[in-house]
Amino acid sequence: MAENENTLNPTPNLDQLETGPWPSFITGYKDYFKRTGKTMVRGVLDQLNYSYETKMGYWKGGVVGVHGYGAGIISRYSMIPELFPEAKECHTMRIQPAPGLHYTSKHLREICDIWEKYGSGMISMHGQTGNLQLQGIVQDNVQECFDDLNKLGWDLGGAGATVRTGASCIGPARCEMACYDTLEAHHRVLTYFTDLVHRPQLPYKAKFKFSGCPNDCCNSIQRSDYSVIGTWRDDIQVDEAEVKNYLDDVGVAYFVNNVQMRCPTNAITLNEDQASITIDNSSCVRCMHCINVMTKALSPGKDKGITLLVGGKGHLKVGNMLGSVMVPFMKLETDEDYDAFTDLIDEMIDYWAENGLDHERIGETIERVGMQQFLDAVGLDAIPDMVKQPRDNPFFKADYEAAG
Amino acid sequence: MAKREYQTVESGPKHHGEMLHPVIKKNYGQWKYHERPRPGVLKHVAESGDAIYTVRAGTHRQVTVDIVRFLCDIADKYCEGHLRWTVRNNVEFVTDKEANVEPMIKELEAAGHPVGGTGNSVSSLAHTQGWLHCDIPATDASGVVKSLMDELFHDFTHEEMPNRVRMSTSCCEINCGGQADIAIVVQHTRPPRINHEILKNICEMPSTVARCPVAAIRPTTVNGQPSLMVVEEKCIVCGACFGACPAMEINHPDYSKLAIWVGGKNANARTKPSNMKLVAHGLPNNPPRWPEVAEVVKKILAAYKEGGRDWERVGEWIDRIGWKAFFEQTGLPFDKFMIDNYRHARSSFNQSTHIRF
Ligand code: HEM
Ligand code: SF4
Ligand code: SF4
Ligand code: SF4
Ligand code: SF4
Repeated sequence: MAENENTLNPTPNLDQLETGPWPSFITGYKDYFKRTGKTMVRGVLDQLNYSYETKMGYWKGGVVGVHGYGAGIISRYSMIPELFPEAKECHTMRIQPAPGLHYTSKHLREICDIWEKYGSGMISMHGQTGNLQLQGIVQDNVQECFDDLNKLGWDLGGAGATVRTGASCIGPARCEMACYDTLEAHHRVLTYFTDLVHRPQLPYKAKFKFSGCPNDCCNSIQRSDYSVIGTWRDDIQVDEAEVKNYLDDVGVAYFVNNVQMRCPTNAITLNEDQASITIDNSSCVRCMHCINVMTKALSPGKDKGITLLVGGKGHLKVGNMLGSVMVPFMKLETDEDYDAFTDLIDEMIDYWAENGLDHERIGETIERVGMQQFLDAVGLDAIPDMVKQPRDNPFFKADYEAAG
Repeated sequence: MAKREYQTVESGPKHHGEMLHPVIKKNYGQWKYHERPRPGVLKHVAESGDAIYTVRAGTHRQVTVDIVRFLCDIADKYCEGHLRWTVRNNVEFVTDKEANVEPMIKELEAAGHPVGGTGNSVSSLAHTQGWLHCDIPATDASGVVKSLMDELFHDFTHEEMPNRVRMSTSCCEINCGGQADIAIVVQHTRPPRINHEILKNICEMPSTVARCPVAAIRPTTVNGQPSLMVVEEKCIVCGACFGACPAMEINHPDYSKLAIWVGGKNANARTKPSNMKLVAHGLPNNPPRWPEVAEVVKKILAAYKEGGRDWERVGEWIDRIGWKAFFEQTGLPFDKFMIDNYRHARSSFNQSTHIRF
């Protein structure tokens, strides 16, 4: 096949993904190839078509990096370069986007120009961890491409045994539920841990995700080691007039069935007048349901902060783990608040780096050594918010001295 | 190589300040409430009285610089050059001019980007890399998503479900796609075939042994060379060893199947966050359209749409009706493999007389 020849090889399997109403990435790749003649794109299409035919994958990893960093580039070599030489090398650069995945067209166009110059022009927006993934570059171009991006203020994200790229919900930028500044917290915390993002020196990955309220739109509790979720500790704010409007609008039966009865702790009472409500805030567990439903009438309280949950992760190796409560409430507004937060995380990461086994996430380490030892190590007191219930098995050993 | 002149600046994530639309900047943290004027459009109103409109559209996630440039054109024309992405790979355009909303929708739709994904719709699937770019996949990701979203197109552009539906796909059992209301995850069904030829050259044996969650991997000697073996009775075919050692070939064109899981939820709304549960397995890995998977997903969605009450997520609907009714209403068979036998399995048994007849 001649260099830059603007014809594609037949891809009968992939062509079937070009029909139907949803946007087709195959058509996108083909159109782009037709304009630019980038041979790597054709090679990737050919190899993907072969995967569809044989039902096997053909990429293998290796080591590719930029000067001074140990992470951030996912290397990909074809296992069958003799069949698809155009896709022989096809590495991915993980770029940390701005918190909340906000862009201006100016910034995106700059990235596109650099990426078209050095790379394949293929992009994944975004990876499940939140990276902007520039897919398809050869090793010889990696450093120059990164330098050009870095000159514009873009940096690589994590990969391997590092702090990974962070994620945050849209937060105060556009959501009335936000109980802290998710974007600012994401930016500050990830900047603080930059060295750990770039240089693998941990047992395994460590992820931060920042959700502005318990709706947890960026899925932090299931997908991050350090899940930072906004909450409040005073009373839900009630706009009496809007409550009445809501009740007039939907009727009492709908309110009872869908708001009052769906409150997990029976904290809401409809008053005798059937036009106002009382919330028993000491029973409320801040689940967000009533606030989500009555967006005009109810809002989170004024004394806002975060709950920190630690240890969430995906399947490998003991199965899914949800993050569990470490700190039920913490302010995250002033510089001092941020310092207290990063100090605490530093303690946790230090303990885990010392005690974690290879390829063990912090949740697994805590499970293995026991929560008691972990709390002692990081200097937190045991409190009832950390458990669903106290232990129900009798086999444990209390301190000898205390038992006296 | 020439001497390196440029000194890297370890800048960390780019700051969001310069990315935000001026009306968003002005009302940052001062939003009062929101409404959904139509599927795919949100209206947010600030304490100041300012209102902004968001138009949300589906993308192919695996895009090119040309597609990104097209989306930038839309942002320039209608949104003073601002745009953002969601965690489910949708693109969002924010404008303070209501008059921009309709023409923007027309242009996006004309270019093949459906407008939707808000409220009680089925939003686009969160997905992983697949054959396109990962080194351990047994199936594709972008292709599965394209195929399924073609089928679920109506449910993306309409808000007709009891509550929002979040879906994901994963191309190996590691499940980077994560927990979801409905998740499609690769299921390996045979222990790894070991490629002894390459094993000693490409694998670090102790770390491969350590990777196994059930200690099924043992050192052995093959043709006088040190290698590894798998105790097949112990192996739970998780595929973890393949991630550490590509010679432990877990993927198979016929024996890698797909499984469907339901009821995962990360929000704390009403019920606590929950993990998803297995409801179908052994489905064929059938590119390029995976029709057998689509059929099961559509059955589950139809039953949920029919039987779910307002605000119930898939898992909450099942909690109310019970698993027995779930299997009846979806027509999916329940079998012994759906009874957990891994760690803490007993906590998933029915330890009560709570039974529905
Ligand atoms: C060695 C091969 C592996 C490759 C190539 C790989 C690739 C990826 C990629 C591309 C992503 C999305 C990243 C992003 O968007 O920023 C990802 C996410 C993820 N990976 Fe892997 N992965 C590998 C191994 C593993 C292993 C061994 C595990 C589990 C132990 C794992 C667990 C996950 C999880 C849970 C996510 C999603 C995390 C989140 O969104 O929070 N991966 N992986
Ligand atoms: S997590 Fe809460 S604050 Fe963040 S976008 Fe979702 S609803 Fe809004
Ligand atoms: S936030 Fe949840 S727990 Fe609190 S009152 Fe509302 S519905 Fe009840
Ligand atoms: S789910 Fe598995 S195969 Fe798919 S991208 Fe993640 S690690 Fe790779
Ligand atoms: S597939 Fe999983 S259980 Fe089986 S040998 Fe490999 S790591 Fe162990």
